Amino acid sequence: MPFGLLKYGLRKKYPAERHFTPTKPLKSHYDVVIIGAGGHGSAIAYYLAKTHGITKVALIDKGYLGGGNTARNTAVIRSNYLTEAGVKFYRDSVELYQNLSNEFGYNIMMENRGQLTLAHSDAAIRSFRWRAEVNQHLGVRSELVDRQAIKAMVPNLNLSENARFPVLAGLWHADGATARHDAVVWGYARGACQRGVELHQLTEAQGIDVEGGRVVGVRTNRGRIRCGVVVQAVAGASSVVGQMAGIKLPIHSFPLQAMVTQPYKPILTPHVSSPHVHVYVHQTSRGEFVIGGGSDPYPLYHTRATLDQKEILSAATLELFPFLAQAKILRQWAGTTDMTPDYSPIMGLSPVENYYLDAGWGTWGFKATPISGKMMAELVATGRVPALIEPFELERFYRFEQVNEAGATAASH
Amino acid sequence: MKQLLCPLNGLRNISEFLYGGEVHELSDPRDYSAKDWAEHVFFDENRAGLVLEWWCHRPTSYWFIAERNTITDEVVRSFPSSEIFTHRIDFDQRRDRGEHV
Ligand SMILES: Cc1cc2nc3c(=O)[nH]c(=O)nc-3n(C[C@H](O)[C@H](O)[C@H](O)COP(=O)(O)OP(=O)(O)OC[C@H]3O[C@@H](n4cnc5c(N)ncnc54)[C@H](O)[C@@H]3O)c2cc1C
Repeated sequence: MPFGLLKYGLRKKYPAERHFTPTKPLKSHYDVVIIGAGGHGSAIAYYLAKTHGITKVALIDKGYLGGGNTARNTAVIRSNYLTEAGVKFYRDSVELYQNLSNEFGYNIMMENRGQLTLAHSDAAIRSFRWRAEVNQHLGVRSELVDRQAIKAMVPNLNLSENARFPVLAGLWHADGATARHDAVVWGYARGACQRGVELHQLTEAQGIDVEGGRVVGVRTNRGRIRCGVVVQAVAGASSVVGQMAGIKLPIHSFPLQAMVTQPYKPILTPHVSSPHVHVYVHQTSRGEFVIGGGSDPYPLYHTRATLDQKEILSAATLELFPFLAQAKILRQWAGTTDMTPDYSPIMGLSPVENYYLDAGWGTWGFKATPISGKMMAELVATGRVPALIEPFELERFYRFEQVNEAGATAASH
Repeated sequence: MKQLLCPLNGLRNISEFLYGGEVHELSDPRDYSAKDWAEHVFFDENRAGLVLEWWCHRPTSYWFIAERNTITDEVVRSFPSSEIFTHRIDFDQRRDRGEHV
């Protein structure tokens, strides 16, 4: 180890700083209670405090900060969706991500290595062309690329014409990126706590008090809290928590599994995704190959990993990258993903007054963390639904106006 | 591999089955408003715990009902749908009355 680094570490001038405020006793009243201290809940708390000066906020989690899907996702950030509402929304999120390290004064390890989605059929090429047009129209970098360009970008991809599903073309998304998921939630929670928000871990919402159609409090394992506004941002528990407020949602909860190999020297630059063979792969800066994208075939509130998924993901990976045949799998895990019928989130008002929803984040919510936090904070502060998230209101299902997001990763499965 | 007890075919690998959604009571569809249909089609309990759900044994196209714990993934029992659905729902009654449908 360089001597200078050791000296730096031992110097008193740079003491280790405390990230989050020590847990205080839970008060009996807050202006706002945010249920769920994942990336989303923390981002909402951050923008409430920073942009709107609302700081009498309790950010509660039944487990620990960022221990839910924020800790389990594969960290893919992109905006090459298909619907206008979706592209605009995720585009603004990617933009916020680009400046997040500076804003926090804290490295979220943003890596802009781009995303390549593979087409193995004529139908896929047609839909990629469509996506590229929509994306470019809305200011997102997205273009159709041929096999030669793919070979230049990913020399070790299996481009054999004798493959079971030969690669015909690709959708290249230069704005695609990854970031350290834990750093994102820590950065947001730290910024919120510095401005007076109270983080309460091991604090489970067990009931919601509604009076005259309006939310008035939250019952927790640490006592009852009265409050003016509640935001639920609980990812894989949306139906369960919604039920406490008497709200039924168009959501089904499925485990989504991913895994990671032993580390290798840098060999794969962009994130590579194949909707057809059902897998996506990228190499982290640590060298591990992250392999993702397998949902269980039926709903379940359990985060066990299965041998079935290990086999399915491995087989698909080997179609694309045969050189990984000898790779050892280091870890495999799952998170509960709340899937909506149109592969779009549910944000905004609920049937209960002052009870706001940030739900239905399925397999796509990490990339949305900054923008949903910002928009939900604006909703809480002003009571009005920002135009950017209006299309995603729960009401859309009653109007039969779904935002059919065929560009979602899971949609192609 | 996980197995599921099919009332027709016995114990089979879970990969032979297709999940078909929660069992819903359909009261009288003739009285359904657009809102009722939206709820019926899109909204579900999605409960953590015991649920009744439709399953299909794909090789034999046999639909049945299973009671499953969605936290532990244990199937408590499975049985033919005729145990719950004792008569056919007639969707054509309005047509019988000469209404435009
Ligand atoms: C394997 C996998 C891969 C994924 N890959 C990607 C990807 O590459 N890109 C992408 O954009 N998205 C991805 N996702 C989706 C993404 O992880 C989620 O959509 C996102 O993390 C949701 O953030 P959140 O803050 O809402 O949820 P979470 O981080 O899950 O936070 C919710 C919190 O609520 C808490 N909670 C639940 N119930 C209660 C209660 N009753 N009381 C108090 N607290 C409660 C939980 O403990 C949890 O900490 C992936 C998901 C999985 C599982």
